Amino acid sequence: MPTDTACLIEVVKPGLATSVQDTGRQGYYYVGIPPSGALDQFSLRAANLLVGNNEDAAALECTLLGPQLVFHTDTLIAVTGAEMTPKIDGVTQSCNVALRIKAGSTLTFDHVKAGARACLAVAGGIDVPVVLGSRSTYTLGAIGGLHGRRLQKGDRLTSHAPFRQAKEGRELRVDLRTPLAKEIQLRVLPGLYHHRLTDESARTFFEDTWVVAPEADRIGYRYKQGRALQFRERVQPFGAGADPSNIVDACYPIGSIQVPGGLEPIILHRDAVSGGGYATIGTVISADMDLIGQMQPNHRARFVAVSMEQTLAARRVAHERLARLREALSY
Amino acid sequence: MSARYTFGGDEFIFVEISEDMSLDAFFKGTAITRELQRRNVAGVTEICPANASYQVRYDPDVIVPDTLLALLKEIEAEVGDAPLELETRIVEVPVLYNDPWTHETLMRFRERHQDPSSTDLEYAARINGLSSVEAFIAAHSGAPWFVSMVGFVAGLPFMFQMVERSRQLEVPKYLRPRTDTPKLTVGHGGCFGCIYSVRGAGGYQMFGVTPAPIFDPEQRLSYLRDFMVFFRPGDIVKFKPIDRETYDRNIAEVEAGTFALRVKPVEFVLSEFKRDPDAYNRSLAEVLNAD
Repeated sequence: MPTDTACLIEVVKPGLATSVQDTGRQGYYYVGIPPSGALDQFSLRAANLLVGNNEDAAALECTLLGPQLVFHTDTLIAVTGAEMTPKIDGVTQSCNVALRIKAGSTLTFDHVKAGARACLAVAGGIDVPVVLGSRSTYTLGAIGGLHGRRLQKGDRLTSHAPFRQAKEGRELRVDLRTPLAKEIQLRVLPGLYHHRLTDESARTFFEDTWVVAPEADRIGYRYKQGRALQFRERVQPFGAGADPSNIVDACYPIGSIQVPGGLEPIILHRDAVSGGGYATIGTVISADMDLIGQMQPNHRARFVAVSMEQTLAARRVAHERLARLREALSY
Repeated sequence: MSARYTFGGDEFIFVEISEDMSLDAFFKGTAITRELQRRNVAGVTEICPANASYQVRYDPDVIVPDTLLALLKEIEAEVGDAPLELETRIVEVPVLYNDPWTHETLMRFRERHQDPSSTDLEYAARINGLSSVEAFIAAHSGAPWFVSMVGFVAGLPFMFQMVERSRQLEVPKYLRPRTDTPKLTVGHGGCFGCIYSVRGAGGYQMFGVTPAPIFDPEQRLSYLRDFMVFFRPGDIVKFKPIDRETYDRNIAEVEAGTFALRVKPVEFVLSEFKRDPDAYNRSLAEVLNAD
């Protein structure tokens, strides 16, 4: 690939929490390294396809407050996911559209109107070293992305040369955008240590409306304002710790829900701590994980218990939607 | 000891070998996960052994959840109670106990501790019925530990001491977790020891610090050249108390890229260990210190 067509991007303002993410790394959870990758995977794939990339290329995940970037090469970009309207040299553009940006132009973002994470893809994909099979940033372990951290003022990023010529102005169909509502339902397969809850708490967890707390990030989303959950009293097993919400430290599935002290449920996401000593009571199904990353603090969720059969049916629906995306944006 | 099987959404199976921590539960999990690894099952993407449990990530588009569950049960029935012999390694980890950095940190978070008027070491010694901090350090460094799980964050080993349950050191976690823990702190929570691989939040009691990096994405030291994470489940660790002078020398070696850990291959036989743990641990120490 001719390197002179690669794009150079300068970070003028980093935004609140902007990092390089792709589809994530697999196979290292057993040593505590989580998958990472864009929290809204569908939007990552959509943004990449809009600019002609392979869908698993690395892009920038921009959280709540977007970055200010200067592009030093002509290229094609697209913003998907959260509604953070891009502006090129101050001129308002559209989300979910392949946009031409000229060398010397500045890209900024409006305040987020809906959702929490926008995905900014650049033709060719962001060029950072592959670490353990992925370009995704894992900040706790300081690996992947740009120097293992979020973007900072003064950083310089490059993209690879474009994979193929993509069309400016191509738009993502409305039905292929991640829904961005202030109140959503998240489907949960009860299990893991669910049997440790009292019958009443096993019920109220699914009855109450839970509000996203300020402590909501790529590691996990904390929820509050539901009724406190009680765990069944017992003589705690050896090594488990004194609180009834404690267990002998074990692995945490991505999407699993833990409730330290019975107070505030935490859903672990793609930068999860891989294990610990809190009882988990169920797992958000894979088909709904993208929705979590689009929740802002104070957004609300209801948890809906589903069976494995329903979980697998939802997975098939998600696959079909992905197939429609690929078909809609094929070349 | 019959395992409990449960699904974590559509992509994970979680298997609790036992609610209690014990070497037997750890070894049963080890035997099952090693056999699963060996079988190289299509659709299984991650096998994560833990203390008294394990977790498998799989692709339900490739292997039906109930099929995988049945396979795991079959493996449990076949190898779960087999006599366990483990080809592993023993590692000497130098520790500066009662060091100034964890001391500064624990003083900063005293209001989150069960006993704000003593240090973590003083508290741990007292509630374990030991007469002094020195006696506690002697117990902590006297017998080796199994790495029973690696995780929480990248490369952090959970360790379980190889002594009878009556001699296990037990210390609760902080009442509320700290927002800071120095990198390479030797910690303890419940019956588990750990080494914090990176700086960050933590709730374990803090006893000291090791100069030896155990996670390094730059892979600067010889023992991290193959992989950025040093510890694997099944490793055996022996702590060695060091003084400040040795610590400073080790740190200089780390910075120069010349620091090395003492690591020896060893075969662990559970039945022989159980017959006489103290004698077995002495034989492990001989393997470690040979040459």
